[in-house]
Amino acid sequence: MSHEFELVVNGVTYPVDVDPSRSLLNVIREEVGLTGTKEGCDDCECGACMVLLDGQPVNSCSYLAAQTEGRSVTTIEGIMNGDELAEIQKDMLDEGGVQCGFCTPGMIISATALFARNPDPTKDEIQIGLSGNLCRCTGYGRILEAMKHTAADRG
Amino acid sequence: MKELRIATSLDEALALVADGYQPVAGGTDLVVAARGGKSELPDHVVAIDRLTELSEIDSSDGGLQIGATVSHARLMRDESVIDGFTALADAAALVGSPATRNVGTIGGNVMNASPAMDTGSPLMVLDSEIVLRSVGGERRVPVSDFWTGPGQTVSQPDELCIAVAMPDLPSESGSAYVRLEYRRAMEIAVVGAGAVVSLNPEGDGRVVGVSLALTAVAPTIIAVGGIADALIGRAIDESALADVAALAGDQASPISDLRASDDYRRHTVGVMARRAVEAASRRAAGASIPVPVNRSVGIGAVT
Repeated sequence: MSHEFELVVNGVTYPVDVDPSRSLLNVIREEVGLTGTKEGCDDCECGACMVLLDGQPVNSCSYLAAQTEGRSVTTIEGIMNGDELAEIQKDMLDEGGVQCGFCTPGMIISATALFARNPDPTKDEIQIGLSGNLCRCTGYGRILEAMKHTAADRG
Repeated sequence: MKELRIATSLDEALALVADGYQPVAGGTDLVVAARGGKSELPDHVVAIDRLTELSEIDSSDGGLQIGATVSHARLMRDESVIDGFTALADAAALVGSPATRNVGTIGGNVMNASPAMDTGSPLMVLDSEIVLRSVGGERRVPVSDFWTGPGQTVSQPDELCIAVAMPDLPSESGSAYVRLEYRRAMEIAVVGAGAVVSLNPEGDGRVVGVSLALTAVAPTIIAVGGIADALIGRAIDESALADVAALAGDQASPISDLRASDDYRRHTVGVMARRAVEAASRRAAGASIPVPVNRSVGIGAVT
């Protein structure tokens, strides 16, 4: 009933021994202790739990933690450049893209994956890139402005 | 779940499946259903997503063979899929969100056997075969014989879907998939339609081959019967498209549920069918309609 493996989160290796049914989200929050990744719907709908798995976005609420053995997970805590906020994080603050903040880690993870693949996305491409992330506060306008700002700086 | 094994070879995976292990790749059906309380995770699960034997898109023998663990994200970007089997790219680009498409797989779609699966009508009109492998050997099942009901297929418990295979289309052919959606992401087809159209190579615009399949209007994806008799020898004009819509509506047997009534589905599947045939015929004639058709203003998108 347990699965012992090494979970790599933000470059740090955590030995874990968990029930194989447990989600990646649950193990990141409860075993590793990093709580920046949020549980919204717990049903693969809202994107608050988004993390990067080998650089690609995954809904961690609906991904088995044990399936990440030997892979590399990046959470919102691993996005900063040392003590400096990442460009996308700064732009989200500058443009007022954060209200309650619950969706923000997932938004920034999705945007990080988008910009890694496409440094200068169009508005449509940004919307598609963020289409798995729900926000109930902002109406998305200021989040889009932040992402466009990041895109303009990179383009 | 009592145990998760991560398979490192196809032979290991097949032996575990023969012992009753259920396969998982991206988990977008199996794990999500468990999170949502629809069904429990199986006791014994084998992860097949690292098997390189299942992750190839191969066109070396003519046609296309797509490994079972190829993701929707790869399908929507793969040049050989976009160029020769465009309907499949149209469908893959509409599935879920970037995260869903990143881990969701074509093999998972096929085996989950949802009558609303976006990739289903494309596989049907592209005349695909499902490649099943067990410890005892391999067999290929035409997709038209494969699905028997919602969540039901002809595969046996010891068989693993390892690939889908489809022949090249004739020259002057095009394909397309269009769906009705209430929102642009994280959506399941309300109804949908996939089409292949082959035009006369002499350039008179007349149809020499056509197939049409419908999504989410029956217990499985269905092929529309009589479409070839109705269209071969004709040009794709308003009268032909009206016949396509009528034929699709007649053969649909939709249910009413929280997303749409049966009457609404019967009407709108005709609209999707004519859009799919129109887009496929325009692609057959050399027009460039970007993937997915649903985002293409004037056909799929509302202006």
